[in-house]
Amino acid sequence: MGQITKIEIITRPEKLNELKEAMYAIRVTGMTVMQVYGCGLSHGYTEVYRGQEMMINLLPKIKVEIVVSEIPVETVVEAAKKACQTGHIGDGKIFISSVDDAVRIRTGESGVDAIRDRRDEEEIVNSIIKQ
Amino acid sequence: MEKNKRGYRIGLLAGLLSVLLVLPAMAADETIAVDTGDTAFVLVSAALVMWMTPGLALFYGGMVRGKNVLNTIMQSFFIICFVSVLWILVGYSLAFGPDHGGLIGGLDWIGFSGVGLEPNPDYSKTVPALAFAAFQMMFAVITPALITGAFAERMKFGAFVVFTILWSLLVYAPAAHWVWGLGGWLHELGCLDFAGGTCIHILSGVSGLTVCLYMGTRRGYGKEAMIPHNMPMTVLGAAMLWFGWFGFNAGSALGANGLAANAFVATQVAAAAAAVSWVAVEAVVHDKPTVLGGVSGAVAGLVAITPGAGFVAPFPAVIIGAVAGIVCFFAVAVVKKKFGYDDSLDAFGVHGVGGFWGALATGVFATTAVNPDGADGLLLGNPSQFFIQACGAVSCAVFAVIMTYVILRVVDATIGVRVSADNEVTGLDVTEHGERGYVSMDSFSAMNMFTPVAQHAEKAKELQYDIH
Repeated sequence: MGQITKIEIITRPEKLNELKEAMYAIRVTGMTVMQVYGCGLSHGYTEVYRGQEMMINLLPKIKVEIVVSEIPVETVVEAAKKACQTGHIGDGKIFISSVDDAVRIRTGESGVDAIRDRRDEEEIVNSIIKQ
Repeated sequence: MEKNKRGYRIGLLAGLLSVLLVLPAMAADETIAVDTGDTAFVLVSAALVMWMTPGLALFYGGMVRGKNVLNTIMQSFFIICFVSVLWILVGYSLAFGPDHGGLIGGLDWIGFSGVGLEPNPDYSKTVPALAFAAFQMMFAVITPALITGAFAERMKFGAFVVFTILWSLLVYAPAAHWVWGLGGWLHELGCLDFAGGTCIHILSGVSGLTVCLYMGTRRGYGKEAMIPHNMPMTVLGAAMLWFGWFGFNAGSALGANGLAANAFVATQVAAAAAAVSWVAVEAVVHDKPTVLGGVSGAVAGLVAITPGAGFVAPFPAVIIGAVAGIVCFFAVAVVKKKFGYDDSLDAFGVHGVGGFWGALATGVFATTAVNPDGADGLLLGNPSQFFIQACGAVSCAVFAVIMTYVILRVVDATIGVRVSADNEVTGLDVTEHGERGYVSMDSFSAMNMFTPVAQHAEKAKELQYDIH
């Protein structure tokens, strides 16, 4: 069985559109996006309510999960890095892990076939990338 | 023949005209002296004051955590309902009915019997008694709603209803009688309270402090973040309060006249000046001018001008408002933290403290030039008025503490006042009302991400009161 790999990208919410476009450019159209909070090296900030000061150093981030089998992992990671990098603290992290198995619920396919684009659905993928 | 006919016609015309001239005089002889302008103004003002209570509901509602928004709103909203019923049944009679010993009205007007379409000259010479009673009803409604801010997010709903019924009858009605009732002892003493600085704001503010001290802090106070979950809602509520306050203060002139105009202007400029001064102080102390500060300041100014709106001139109202903004800011942002009590929505800090300042300020700035039925204050060479004001303020405060404590003990012993610790964590919307304010809301709230910055490190450790 071929290798299935998950790439988790935790980065700034405002980078989401750029990241999506970068993924479309390498023919990755499937992804899961979560709203998360994260901290690393960033300083928090203070809010004040009737004199009561509140500290927050957990900042809103997005976590994008992408699973690939045919498309090389390096391609995905390079594209994501390029899209999300600003050079400032808070750019985030990318985690790569292997997936034991996968299933496409619609067709029941499993393994690598569940992840890679089906030949007969190439047109649909092309239309999504063009939009 | 022609000349005679013309003569008869002239005579008839003259006769008709003279009858017409006499008619108004005939009307003036009748006992109904209702003035349509005054009555229209009082009725509209009553509606404006009613508007203040849902306004308060939203003002408070936005300031609590999302899981308690409906409970907070329901407290104010439901008060409109049951206190109105209480008022017509017995409240009005106790507050404004024929006097007994200077302390309380009687039960003569139960169910508004005797309160009719004719004016009661003791209270409003040109406005029907029913209109006056309706106007006062709205005051009786909003006063206990102010207290809810002190015990937000932790009182059982049933206990709250019982507490409020007892408070309305045993605390508000007597105090209103003292200040406004014919024969009421503070009224006889010459205490000046145009629209309720003493018997409404001091009374409810100090009662609020009593309740929050009795019940203890909210679970996690000082350690968990408890910040407004919906600031725009709070701003809307504050705007509704400000708008309604024109009915509260100007309407208390009980006439569409210059005194009402004075009260209207004083109300506006006091609110405005207080908002400016609160925001200014905040910007200096905390480096940021906040919206919460702006609306809190405005409300503080409205509270402070309430006793004096119809006794002080407009420019002194600016001073009263400006001072109120500063004083109430420190009460809320400094004193509360120093002593560690959880007056959740600052019922005492804004209404109690603001009302105190306003009552005393009335004794300083009052002038008979604005209201001949009032008195001159300290600045016009009459220091005794200041002491009369202090007497009114202190007596309402002491009465509030004692009576509120007694009522709390009774309700706690029978029903239990505070929700269980589990329910407090779950949130009162679900536990008390079986509803949620926001269907999409789940238990993970962004508020969990905030940490209160301990202002006084030692005090932070002491902040954990026992939960009864």
